[in-house]
Amino acid sequence: MTDNDRIARFEKRRAELHKMSDEQLKARFWELCGKAVEPMIELAKTHTSPSIERAVLLRMGIDSISTKGVVTRVNEAGLLGHGAGHVVLKVAETCKTDVRGAAKKIIEDASVLNGLFGGK
Amino acid sequence: MTTEKLDPKVKLDIENILNDLEHYHPRRKGWTWREEVPGGYKVHKFHYKDMTKPLKNSVPLPAAKYFEQIDPQPKPVITTEIASGRFEDDLRRMRMAAWHGADHIMVIRTTGQSHIDGLLEGTPEGVGGVPITRKQIRASRKACDMIEDEVGRPINFHSYVSGVAGPEVAVLFAEEGINGAHQDPQYNVLYRNVNMYRSFIDAAEAKCVMSGARIFQIDGAHNANATAKEGWSVMPELLVQHGINCAFSAAVGMPKDLIGLSTVPPCAPPSPKLWYDLPYAVALRDFFSEYKMRAQQNTRYIEADIEEATRTHVIDTLISALTRADIQSTITPDEGRNVPWHYNNIRGIETAKQTLVALDGIKDLVKLDRDGPLGEMVRDLKERAICFLEEMLEIGGYFAAVEKGFFVDSAKYPERNGDGIARDGKGGVGAGSIVKREADYFAPVCSHFGNNHPPKGVKNLCAPIDGCTLCKPDKIVFIDELDPSDSCHARLEKTLPYRKGGKIRPEAEWAGDGVMLLQFFVPEEIETARVAGIEIAKKMGLHDPEVINAQVMHPCEGTFIEVKGKVDFSIEKASLKIPPKEIILPEDDLRAAVKTVGLKVVAGTVGEDEHSVGLREILDIKHGGIEKYGVKYHYLGTSVPVGKLIDAAIETGAQAILISTIISHNDVHRANMKKLDELCREKGIRDKIILIAGGTQVSRDMAKESGMDDGFGRGTKGIHVVNSMVKTLKARGQI
Repeated sequence: MTDNDRIARFEKRRAELHKMSDEQLKARFWELCGKAVEPMIELAKTHTSPSIERAVLLRMGIDSISTKGVVTRVNEAGLLGHGAGHVVLKVAETCKTDVRGAAKKIIEDASVLNGLFGGK
Repeated sequence: MTTEKLDPKVKLDIENILNDLEHYHPRRKGWTWREEVPGGYKVHKFHYKDMTKPLKNSVPLPAAKYFEQIDPQPKPVITTEIASGRFEDDLRRMRMAAWHGADHIMVIRTTGQSHIDGLLEGTPEGVGGVPITRKQIRASRKACDMIEDEVGRPINFHSYVSGVAGPEVAVLFAEEGINGAHQDPQYNVLYRNVNMYRSFIDAAEAKCVMSGARIFQIDGAHNANATAKEGWSVMPELLVQHGINCAFSAAVGMPKDLIGLSTVPPCAPPSPKLWYDLPYAVALRDFFSEYKMRAQQNTRYIEADIEEATRTHVIDTLISALTRADIQSTITPDEGRNVPWHYNNIRGIETAKQTLVALDGIKDLVKLDRDGPLGEMVRDLKERAICFLEEMLEIGGYFAAVEKGFFVDSAKYPERNGDGIARDGKGGVGAGSIVKREADYFAPVCSHFGNNHPPKGVKNLCAPIDGCTLCKPDKIVFIDELDPSDSCHARLEKTLPYRKGGKIRPEAEWAGDGVMLLQFFVPEEIETARVAGIEIAKKMGLHDPEVINAQVMHPCEGTFIEVKGKVDFSIEKASLKIPPKEIILPEDDLRAAVKTVGLKVVAGTVGEDEHSVGLREILDIKHGGIEKYGVKYHYLGTSVPVGKLIDAAIETGAQAILISTIISHNDVHRANMKKLDELCREKGIRDKIILIAGGTQVSRDMAKESGMDDGFGRGTKGIHVVNSMVKTLKARGQI
């Protein structure tokens, strides 16, 4: 679309908005903002990131330096999508240790991650 | 944990604050607003409409001395940004700021922290800000606890949840009781080039964590008018950016009362500022009526002249008062010439306080006229913003719009200059790092956003780990220092002599930095004046002199110059002779003493001197003069010969002679004092009479050197003179 087309389109849109009251204008603004953020919210609900997973481990009482090691290992093993906290819990269960002990094990030897989720 | 009580006469003990930090936990979480006074605040002779609960301890505005030292506190929370790179030195500045009325202290992060993928620990020195770490936050929050008890109002401590470690920083802030934070995924995308998908996914988690700890959020939209070539043209886009962050935050579940807009009046004089800034402010507050406004003063146009910055900030604050500001943020007026200095934080705070106090209740007095051009301009901005959003959705939504360079284009929408910031969805810091959650994704913690699948039967998400750190703070792991050589302890050791060792050295930012400022006029054109300025500073013994401001007074007649430099000496505090502060006896005691001796004085202006106002103010009851305390006086007028005063004193049986001597050419004032003393000795009455001199050039020491019993300069009141006479009479055993 050329700039001239865009400006013509703008003038048309604005002519529609001219008919609205101030309250209607405000409602329209928020309706559009709501629409704009819908896909972002969906994306955020269904995805995670290394920082989110480190933030989960922090809340589990693991120190910041270890959260980095654990998330790197879990990510390398392709297990981040299950949740790093989830992985740590599983390792704790398998190795009969607590959360911090499990974190330590994952950093020391990534092979503890083998086979945790159905043989991966 | 109990907080140690501060004594206003004792400096903050930084070492003590750093002690036992591993066991410190914040005593409260969340944001606090100022406390309103029901029915308005009444003090002195005034009834304020919008002032809040006063402070227990504060430093009022200088002119408060004419108003019984009142220090009214405006309704908006007042922000100051303190981040010198050494947080241990910033704590003292925070205390000074709180005493002047700041209750929102913002710490800017060290350069590059937003690109660090993880948390920092310890207390390394920062550049352009402070490395935000657990230890730094803990120590700062602990200091704020003590300071808020001292001033009697909660302090909101604030930093930034942005960059590629946003969720972790948010958890750190929630654990450590940070009260406010910047969080805006658009800021990461546009200004920090963090991958757009990563930025929004992380932001949802960060906002969820912040909401759980009731951390107040401020967005980053105002950066567009600091970045775009013509800041005032991007206003429709600013509405859109604010709208996206607000809508996104609310959709994540953040309560609207925790969501603030960071808004800056985009223009500055010599533009006709109000014609741009006012419609924008009104449009914004119309659309965002449910959200909080954090009004910031403009930094974009700050040059080296502190006064110019301050004047613009006054007008910015006027716009806040005419519309709405829940938080009034301040900019240190020296930002255009150096990293902010201690006292310039205070200047910024005072600009906001002074302006808002002066404008108390302004909306009851003046109304914005929406029927005129203002209404039209407001409507125009709103319509352009909506059209922006419509076009954005039409081409595929926010991410597509960013890829096409919709944002921070310096033209007024729909015009385009093609200089917008475009980002590639596949690029940026952290690109390719997001991971799709599996069907069994599980995070066993509170304040977690998005799909989460706890095992069957688990109601409380953190139950499988027996409580997360947000529920059980004892689980938080405190890491002390990673590099002891780059830590606050190493720095504090070096500055010990200037903090606790009895050595005094001037300071702008850091203890013992020795930085000081010279201001002077050089009667030369600007380039010559700059070079001359440096040479003058060198001759005065300043090291590393640097001209930080030069202003043309006239192209050839002269230049105002400001030079900063350093001194490497220090003063031994113990070597200073501090004159004892005069203690005034209670008024009733003074009156009783005057009555007992029937105190009488003779008074007049001596020499060839026709000044009379000052002395009359000391004498007359109308001005609170000595008459008010029962002293009888015999006033001989102006240009009175010294001998005549002595004769009158003997004749009337006066116990004291008060002379006024204003003219000081050729030290004639000293000569008159000496003459009075000598003549009294000649007549044999010196031990029976009290001699006091007053005048603009008179000081106590000088008067005593010249044979007087006491001397008074500017600002003297009758009570000071009565107090002096009574004390002398008592010392002589004449009462």
